[in-house]
Amino acid sequence: MAQKVLMKGNEAIAEAAIRAGCRHYFGYPITPQTEIAAYMAKKMPKIGGVFLQAESEIASINMVYGAAAAGMRVMTSSSSPGISLKSEGLSYIAGSDVPALVVNVQRGGPGLGGIQPSQSDYFQATKGGGHGDYRMIVLAPASVQEMASLTIKGFNLADKYLMTAMILADGTIGQMMEPISFEDAEVETYEKPWALTGTECKRKHNIVNSLYLKPDELEQKNFERYERYKIVEENEPMWEEYMMEDAEYCVVAFGIASRVAKNAVVAARAEGIKVGLIRPITLWPFPTKALRAAADKVKSFISVELNMGQMIEDIRLATECKRPVSLCNRAGGMIPSPDQVLDAIRNAQKGV
Amino acid sequence: MNHKRLTLFAGHYGSGKTNIAVNYALHLAAEGKKVCIADLDIVNPYFRTKDSAAVLENAGVELVSPQFANTNVDLPALPAEAYRLVQDKSIYGIMDIGGDDRGAYALGRYTPFIKEENDYRMAFVANPYRPLTRTPEEALEVMREIEAACSLAFTCIVNNANLGTETTAEAVLETGEYMKKLSDLSGLPLWLTTAEEAVAEQLAGKVENLLPMRLQEKYFDLPEQKARPLFG
Repeated sequence: MAQKVLMKGNEAIAEAAIRAGCRHYFGYPITPQTEIAAYMAKKMPKIGGVFLQAESEIASINMVYGAAAAGMRVMTSSSSPGISLKSEGLSYIAGSDVPALVVNVQRGGPGLGGIQPSQSDYFQATKGGGHGDYRMIVLAPASVQEMASLTIKGFNLADKYLMTAMILADGTIGQMMEPISFEDAEVETYEKPWALTGTECKRKHNIVNSLYLKPDELEQKNFERYERYKIVEENEPMWEEYMMEDAEYCVVAFGIASRVAKNAVVAARAEGIKVGLIRPITLWPFPTKALRAAADKVKSFISVELNMGQMIEDIRLATECKRPVSLCNRAGGMIPSPDQVLDAIRNAQKGV
Repeated sequence: MNHKRLTLFAGHYGSGKTNIAVNYALHLAAEGKKVCIADLDIVNPYFRTKDSAAVLENAGVELVSPQFANTNVDLPALPAEAYRLVQDKSIYGIMDIGGDDRGAYALGRYTPFIKEENDYRMAFVANPYRPLTRTPEEALEVMREIEAACSLAFTCIVNNANLGTETTAEAVLETGEYMKKLSDLSGLPLWLTTAEEAVAEQLAGKVENLLPMRLQEKYFDLPEQKARPLFG
């Protein structure tokens, strides 16, 4: 039979995590990401891994913290309200410089919101939902294949930079099914000499901690951390450009919104409008250079988002407001239609 | 194709039950039968029978679906109207059951009526390209879990081998051995092979009891994925 399998986005994340060497999953069920936990529950016991449904999101993120401190490849997954509950733990993990993978299959908010797809946790993911100065590497898949490949990439980057990598997906990509392959999976492994693995009385003990009694020491830790973030910003931005060569207008969209936007770009091209698409794959680090370069040649930008306009702020920052940026959006679990995006492109051309 | 008064589609989640149930309902309606389809999926919040409401209505197929399907309420409640399928003997009833054993629990409440009337077919929908049913043995395990959950035994198998938009006739034909093994292990006959229309055309004459299907267009299909026959 063919090498590919037909997977749901959520299953692809779980299978990719296992292939990346993750043997520790701690979660708590919430729609629309429950298939990740269900898949882990079925598979982990068969391969000597740990699947644990914790008593709450807060407990599960602290289990992640513990396993990460012990040097394990570890993950948790949730959806929007559940990620809010995990925020304190995310901050502690960042403050302790241990690597972890966290998945947010977003649903509409704020509050309990709904169960339909959304991208309204962009601010929370890219600016930090928890307290303190910290960053997470935020990866935004736009297909089931990318749910798998970015999960593996996320584990690699987390270990490389001692950070949390977050997969920021949405309900639709979590639930939709596409054929995918794991043949190109590139799993990297990193030494973890800092991990709490037991000294066997042969070395000095390691300490994993986010508490510093002396403020100057804490300040120094923050400085060092931000030096590391600078390297990430320099080396790790990822994005896709689509029909940008001769583009006069640039649609910017990530995840599920980029799929709708691509159809609108094709339709607009058929009308003779020279429009292209930049799809950020990393939301942090944001593909600033790509946007800045586009600002030198296009007349305006259109940000297509499933929220009230969050990424639009990063587009304005990246382009230093050189060109106007308009917003084409739906919220609360609704998704823009290709026609709505096409209208936004037409309006951009008219200068409306 | 001969039909039973009640047809139930169950199987592993994501195996294609809903697409098959909708297309089978349309097939029956095209034969002039009075058809009612019930969405009994209490597990999956997205991509439901209700997405095909307009197509079903145009074909004169009655749709019974949970009150909160496609809303923001994640409430696994079944509609009272679903009892019509087991009680109104003048209609051909089709039941779209939720995935795995968890989905099949919802069927249990109708089981005594279905057994009493004993004019039903319960089809196990199998897609060998799904990661947790890659072998006939794994599929058999899911089959047994479902039967235990709903207290009703499968009577046949549906081969819905597919890789979504990348399905080829070869990919379907390559699952012949798998289906034979599953049939041997379970003692159940292969009732139907289902495939999207363009693939089904290439399978004509090579596969018995073929049901060509039309699939729902999705708003997130990419430009290169759109060259498929669509509803509407």
